[in-house]
Amino acid sequence: MSTPTVEKEPASKVDLASSGQGATAVQQFDITLKVRRYDPERSEDAWWDEWNLTMFGTDRVLDALHKVKWEVDGTLTFRRSCAHGICGSDAMRINGRNRLACKTLLKDLDTSKPITVEAIKGLPVEKDLIVDMEPFFQSYREIMPFMINSSPAPTAERVQSPEERQRFDDTTKCILCAACTSSCPVFWTDGQYFGPAAIVNAHRFIFDSRDDAGDMRLEILNDKEGVWRCRTTFNCTEACPRGIEVTKAIQEVKTAILTRSL
Amino acid sequence: MTAANSEAVLPAKGIEAPRSGRIDPKYLRSNPSSGSFEMVAWVFMRVSGAALVVLIFVHLFTNLLVGEGIHQIDFAFVAGKWANPVWQFWDLTMLWLAMLHGTNGMRTIINDYAEKDSTRLWLKSILYLATTVIIILGTLVIFTFEPCLVDDAGNLMDYAPAFCENIAN
Repeated sequence: MSTPTVEKEPASKVDLASSGQGATAVQQFDITLKVRRYDPERSEDAWWDEWNLTMFGTDRVLDALHKVKWEVDGTLTFRRSCAHGICGSDAMRINGRNRLACKTLLKDLDTSKPITVEAIKGLPVEKDLIVDMEPFFQSYREIMPFMINSSPAPTAERVQSPEERQRFDDTTKCILCAACTSSCPVFWTDGQYFGPAAIVNAHRFIFDSRDDAGDMRLEILNDKEGVWRCRTTFNCTEACPRGIEVTKAIQEVKTAILTRSL
Repeated sequence: MTAANSEAVLPAKGIEAPRSGRIDPKYLRSNPSSGSFEMVAWVFMRVSGAALVVLIFVHLFTNLLVGEGIHQIDFAFVAGKWANPVWQFWDLTMLWLAMLHGTNGMRTIINDYAEKDSTRLWLKSILYLATTVIIILGTLVIFTFEPCLVDDAGNLMDYAPAFCENIAN
């Protein structure tokens, strides 16, 4: 009995360059991470901590924070869930700009200077980089972020043309990370303004052809703390990690309120 | 013994949102505003801004570029302009629009930068008072302006501009 000769599989079917040096080939550099700390059990005042770390070119700000928390100082506190730019948990102020720590590569920042990381502004800080998001979600709830349609549900889906879907496509991308609202100087003052995120999510339903409550949402945003407090500084558009044209969406809601009143 | 269950009652304001009780009160909007004042103010800023561009540049053009240019401006020049109802109306519109436009701009700046309601109230009171005084004064000047003042005897005052002599004769 003879076994058929099977040709031995190569270790890899992909042609790898023999000169590869594995992980060492990744660019490596030293950074100074400067984090604004706050711990009400320790002190009333916030303070800055600095750490010198050796990081790789593939690392993000979140990896640097992990390195500190796991290897240097376990008391460093921050939120992160998916760590891949979808959950919106780790919005923070990196070098003065609101960014997701999991989407900001260290090599894209100026590593010759300390990289500053702070909690997002305008919301009460609970500890280190964690803020109380409840005021933010309160505004979000007020604009009724769910589809309202009083007509009986059809047996299949509610039909919508590609053009009708395209109308609000941009604002469906929001992940509620609060980077926009907490970058808005009007929100910083007293936290009364609805904020860009709530308006973006209202826009998502106002311009949805299947939704019937657009008028109610426009009425809510016609409040003195609504869209008219927008000063079009574009901080929100600059901050959005999903690339939503936030200021444009706010402007469209303004126009909708105006045309409805005329 | 059978005790009937009390009828289930929904809370008057509906079911509370999750964790709604623990929001820092400073973030809660006290009462939703009714009316569209902010929208009207927003539209007014855009309309008056566009109108002011025309009003101001025509004003600058007629005052500074036409005729003898900047050298023509004196008491008599202003008096001559205000003898014409068109310029009276023009300057009145410019005064009112500029004052209201500027006041509304200051109002939004105060709203944006003042953190306490009491600070807001004070700053806005001063602002509205100043605006009222200037608008009333300006309007009075435009309509009651009399360049050729005479004394009790009917003679022109010494400081009356030269063209008053021609009118008197």
